[in-house]
Amino acid sequence: MTFILKTEGLNKVYRLGSFVRSRKIQALNDVNITVESDKPVVIAVVGESGSGKTTLAKTLLRLETPTSGRAIVYDRPVVGVGSISSRKEFLSTVQPIFQNPFEAFSRYRPVDSYLHETARRVANMGEKEAEDAVADALDSVGLDYREVSGKYTNQFSGGELQRISVARALIPQPQLIVADEPVSMIDASRRMIIINLFKRLRDEAGRSFVYITHDLATAYYISDYIAVMNKGRVVEFGKAREVMSNPQHDYTQLLLSSIPTTTSRWRPRLRAAG
Amino acid sequence: MISIKDLQVSYRLGTRTIHAVDGVTLDIPDGCIVGIAGESGCGKSTLMKAIYGDITSPMHLSRGSITYGLKSAKGRQVTAQNIREEWFKSISYVPQSSMNSLNPVIRIREQFIDFPGTDSNKKRVLERARAYMGKLGLPPEAMDSYPHQLSGGMRQRMMIGLATFFQPELIIADEPTTALDVVVQKDILMLLMELQEEMKNTILVVSHDMGVHYQVTHKMLIMYAGRVVEYGDTDSVFSDPQHPYTKMLIDSLPTIGDDSMRGLMASAAGASGDRAYRVEPILHEVKPGHFVAQAAAAAVAQSVGA
Repeated sequence: MTFILKTEGLNKVYRLGSFVRSRKIQALNDVNITVESDKPVVIAVVGESGSGKTTLAKTLLRLETPTSGRAIVYDRPVVGVGSISSRKEFLSTVQPIFQNPFEAFSRYRPVDSYLHETARRVANMGEKEAEDAVADALDSVGLDYREVSGKYTNQFSGGELQRISVARALIPQPQLIVADEPVSMIDASRRMIIINLFKRLRDEAGRSFVYITHDLATAYYISDYIAVMNKGRVVEFGKAREVMSNPQHDYTQLLLSSIPTTTSRWRPRLRAAG
Repeated sequence: MISIKDLQVSYRLGTRTIHAVDGVTLDIPDGCIVGIAGESGCGKSTLMKAIYGDITSPMHLSRGSITYGLKSAKGRQVTAQNIREEWFKSISYVPQSSMNSLNPVIRIREQFIDFPGTDSNKKRVLERARAYMGKLGLPPEAMDSYPHQLSGGMRQRMMIGLATFFQPELIIADEPTTALDVVVQKDILMLLMELQEEMKNTILVVSHDMGVHYQVTHKMLIMYAGRVVEYGDTDSVFSDPQHPYTKMLIDSLPTIGDDSMRGLMASAAGASGDRAYRVEPILHEVKPGHFVAQAAAAAVAQSVGA
């Protein structure tokens, strides 16, 4: 068994205001998540804005330093005391996918240059090797290298760009991909393409995911484990099916009952006059 | 009743002209919530702007007409020409990300009495407004705050409050809850439904979330590539969708507790590139009050099988 993800007492405190009159915000409050498995998994982190889920993502990606605590990915400490110090080594273990692909890539550079750079700098590949890796990565997200090459962000749809972000993340062969709201900027009718891609990468390429979202329906659909966050705390954690079918915490129940479904209504819709 | 006849709305971009709304014919009855769905670029926001009468260059009406079954306070018929005079009176608009459209540097109460057409007795209006906001679950101080002092949900509540205060007969809400969390979203939508039941006015709600539409609307309008794909009673559209595009929209998101992997359909459609749907310009009535843009029933069966 491998510790795919283990966080130990992660805390993050932000300070707002001036030096004399500052307010503390506890964005992460003693976050302990343990996922031990032999198979790759998708771990969903759900909660409303301000619940700390993005801070958790940033902490796992080393974009924020935790106030205390540490995190382990695939048995290797990646965040906190005693974590791997090499940035390259870290980036070949954990890779990010961000919310808005139009912001993740510059408008003034061809998109495929990012993929090349990741291959050359993070995965230490040579020119020829990098070229093949980029083509393979794009192929695995259902895109053709020849059609992507030399194009800029405005020549792609949000869904295509997000697939390119996934391809970029795959190049260093990371064990864990942290995706922060990867589908919220994409058209509803195209979201499942990305979600199903994650599923396929888990099952066929053996990648694990931390899927940060406020959309419980897609979280239910792809995740093996789910962590429900509220005000910096993990209020409920467990196997996704169990948590969603039998939520224990009040907040999880509130979240689930607030989802607009197409099966049962909150209040009857009486057909008005006319 | 709002009656739209063969409406074409175009954008002039240099030498090119793009028809964002292309030949829409539609009757919207009074006193119901109509949901408008479709992906970005399908023309739904343009159609809403046209109905609201907010037509500014490069956008222009190139064909067709809109008639409003509304009368102004002075008893004059509201037409596409004088609709602007009715803004905030008998027709109001809650724009996309409207919670960010409050002026950040003045207090909300100042913005409120700024609206055209408010009673000249500002004090009395404010008094009434305060009572009304209380009814919407906002603290009385909210009116005296600056927008940044309120949470996103409170600001959105405030916008809905402002849009409904004058009891307009038509409200257009463009993605009213998109930026909000599910818990807040439910509160806002419940509020909107309650207000509509009380006022019996017409509300047009644009959303990409089919769940929101199912919860809130009486009638559904599905748009694709500037045209109406399907239009009918919400129950009928959801239980018996006719057009393959409508089916795809309804099936495109997974449901909690449903492991049948309905979402896979969307990926199949997406894997073969962006699938193009055929939308006939003429709507066909398949059931009483349920219209589909399809030549004949046979064509429906065919394209589903394909």
